[in-house]
Amino acid sequence: MELTTVWFALIALLWIGYFALEGFDFGVGMLLPVLARDDTERRVMINTIGPVWDGNEVWVLVAGGATFAAFPEWYATLFSGFYLPLLMILVALILRGLAFEYRHQRAERRWQARWDRAITYGSLVPAVLWGVAFANIVSGVPLDADHEFTGSLLTLLDPFGLLGGLTTLLLFATHGAMYVALKTDGDIRYRARALALRLGLAAAVVAVAFLVWTQARAGSAVSGVLFLVAALALVAGLVAVRAGREGWAFAGTFATIALAVAGLFTALFPDVMPSTLDPAWSLTTTNAAATAYTLTIMTWVAAVFTPLVLAYQAWSYWVFRKRISTHHIPTAELAH
Amino acid sequence: MDVVDIARWQFGITTVYHFLFVPLTIGLTALVALLETRWLRTRDPAYLRLTKFFGKLLLINFAIGVVTGIVQEFQFGMNWSDYSRFVGDVFGAPLAIEGLLAFFLESTFLGLWIFGWDKLPGRLHAGCMWIVHLGTLFSSWFILAANSWMQHPVGYRYDAETGRAELTDFAAVMFNEVQLVTFPHVILAAYLTAAAFMVGVSGWLYARRRSEQGEDADAERSMHRKAIRIGAAVAMVAGLGVAVTGDFQGKVMTEVQPMKMAAAEGLYETRESCAPFSVFTVGTPDGREEKFALTVPCLLSFLGTGSFDGRVEGIDDLREAYRQEYGQDPGTVYYQAADYVPVVPVTYWSFRFMITFGMASAAGAALVLWLTRRGRTPTGRWFPALCVALPLAALAGNSFGWIFTEMGRQPWVVFGLMTVDHAVSPSVSTTEAWISLLTLTSLYGVLAVVEVGLILRAIRSGPAPHVEPAERDGDDHDQDAPLAFAY
Repeated sequence: MELTTVWFALIALLWIGYFALEGFDFGVGMLLPVLARDDTERRVMINTIGPVWDGNEVWVLVAGGATFAAFPEWYATLFSGFYLPLLMILVALILRGLAFEYRHQRAERRWQARWDRAITYGSLVPAVLWGVAFANIVSGVPLDADHEFTGSLLTLLDPFGLLGGLTTLLLFATHGAMYVALKTDGDIRYRARALALRLGLAAAVVAVAFLVWTQARAGSAVSGVLFLVAALALVAGLVAVRAGREGWAFAGTFATIALAVAGLFTALFPDVMPSTLDPAWSLTTTNAAATAYTLTIMTWVAAVFTPLVLAYQAWSYWVFRKRISTHHIPTAELAH
Repeated sequence: MDVVDIARWQFGITTVYHFLFVPLTIGLTALVALLETRWLRTRDPAYLRLTKFFGKLLLINFAIGVVTGIVQEFQFGMNWSDYSRFVGDVFGAPLAIEGLLAFFLESTFLGLWIFGWDKLPGRLHAGCMWIVHLGTLFSSWFILAANSWMQHPVGYRYDAETGRAELTDFAAVMFNEVQLVTFPHVILAAYLTAAAFMVGVSGWLYARRRSEQGEDADAERSMHRKAIRIGAAVAMVAGLGVAVTGDFQGKVMTEVQPMKMAAAEGLYETRESCAPFSVFTVGTPDGREEKFALTVPCLLSFLGTGSFDGRVEGIDDLREAYRQEYGQDPGTVYYQAADYVPVVPVTYWSFRFMITFGMASAAGAALVLWLTRRGRTPTGRWFPALCVALPLAALAGNSFGWIFTEMGRQPWVVFGLMTVDHAVSPSVSTTEAWISLLTLTSLYGVLAVVEVGLILRAIRSGPAPHVEPAERDGDDHDQDAPLAFAY
């Protein structure tokens, strides 16, 4: 396989990791005002993702860095073209990241309520905008002969883009509810189960519409299969949550997101950003790529360190495997 | 202002802001790990209390360092897309590797440290913080290698066909001579900053309880004294190292970026030997004519070349040489015949402020160490003021150091290859750039107030009373017991 193809696959893998992992902590964040009935329950929810959300977020930073290194033209066009959505994502990630660390620093209700909102909207906004962004990447955007984006914010917010945003929003919310059901105990666990089922049904309808539309626009045989298996995984996840099998249910939404993102990248290949103005102006794995020398070095680094990263991230999930319930939350504020 | 100006302001503001927190974070991870290791060795409760106290201050800092770091990675592509296209093949690799090697390490092991008090054995728990520190060092290495390449591009070739710089020797980029002197300088400055911060915080807390009587107050004071002494010792040694590595840096800079050194002195005419260094100057804004200057003879020659007789090239000669070298093709797409001179007053003064503030912090640390020798602690009101001044001076030194480094490279974004005006994103409109600049600046402003407020609040509360470490969360442990730490 060519190195450019390897790196396309690796970047796809980084985005799969990002959406499958940060997807659930976005979900937990946006469901904060929906699922939690009081402050202790809010803290239960926040603490289920407390030790891991930052590690999840690094996946997007590495995806960005890897795109910069392996496909500089893609990085340049994408980041300068999707300027305002990315700015909104940045603001959201800043507020959300700080909220986790700052919320508990003061006991006043108003202080905490503000940071709760930062968590909710800081999770919701990127959940929608990443969907909008990927819908646009796959279906193509106006790129001129210099690979410069010539559209505007409204170009990105077309019906297809918005449907993509709604899809990620609902999928991540479902994934988050599944995670809460898996990681908590007590009343909130059962409410999370029920909510996961309801959200999952809505997500299924919207996701199927989006994936069928994507398949019609840009799909290949392989992407069609991946989308189909993704849909089946979602159904299996919903069946499992209904049966109270939370581990399998979470695995179901995890697989749904992973397979759907894999399908999107398959549909995209060998383009990395198709141009709607002229196919000759599209960015591809070939014309956007770095040199073979750079890709070779990066491949070695990735081959050595990726297994290590996966191992210690998995270990950290193992360390924090225990379910959390309201009586685990220390009552004395700032008990540390 | 056009997009170039706006993007430059955004880069300057967001980078200086980000780097207020970064050195504190790098240094504090080491100091907190050190304190926790001391606790495990001595079982002296004071060390555990200090570990948790400075750990909390570290986390407040770390959070803002992390989130403002995301902006750094994104804005290369958002505001500087032509730069990204041009250098991605060389510059992207260290950034990607930084993410893979450093960011995962830092975030995962910091999470384990924060929430792992009752889940990990003591040594493993302390080990997590050491690993976080290792992560910050990796991170610094790769991002400084990337920056050093912008100062002094090596290990690449210019491909006229693709119109970009392409990597030919990765090791040359990783071990760029600029990188080899910059990395220790930055890391030692981080240790200086964090250790000075420890002195400032503990000095203030000590003074607050200096006249209280009783065993409790004695124990508190003894604990704060420990932190003051450790901090002052580390700050003094690190400060010495900052000076030594800074001196090496000056020599390398004179060799690879002579214009930066000339601008640092406002030296317009080449001096064949014994170039003087002015401590400060009153003169015309561009520094060409001086009305009054306090100068040290031959010192600039020594700083730049290691010999008091060394030759130091002046701005005028260098400008002529650069015009000859860069005044025409093949690079007209990436640079244009320009003045090739950085803004002299900014370069001149930031260089002096960097040295003054950095050295003041280190000298202050040495003074504190001497004042607190053999059980003594000064009782005057000036003592906490001295302690608190140390971290502020160190922070100012860091900021001016980077302002000097980056402004001294102007008008280049990559020295000799691309000027800043050619690096900006062509597809970004002035309106978009303004929205971004105003949004981020106002957000950062608000967050500064919140952050400083939280830090001061945490400092005022002081270290929490000692609690024996929670039992490990094993099989025989009460499964319903509250978590040792929760958000």
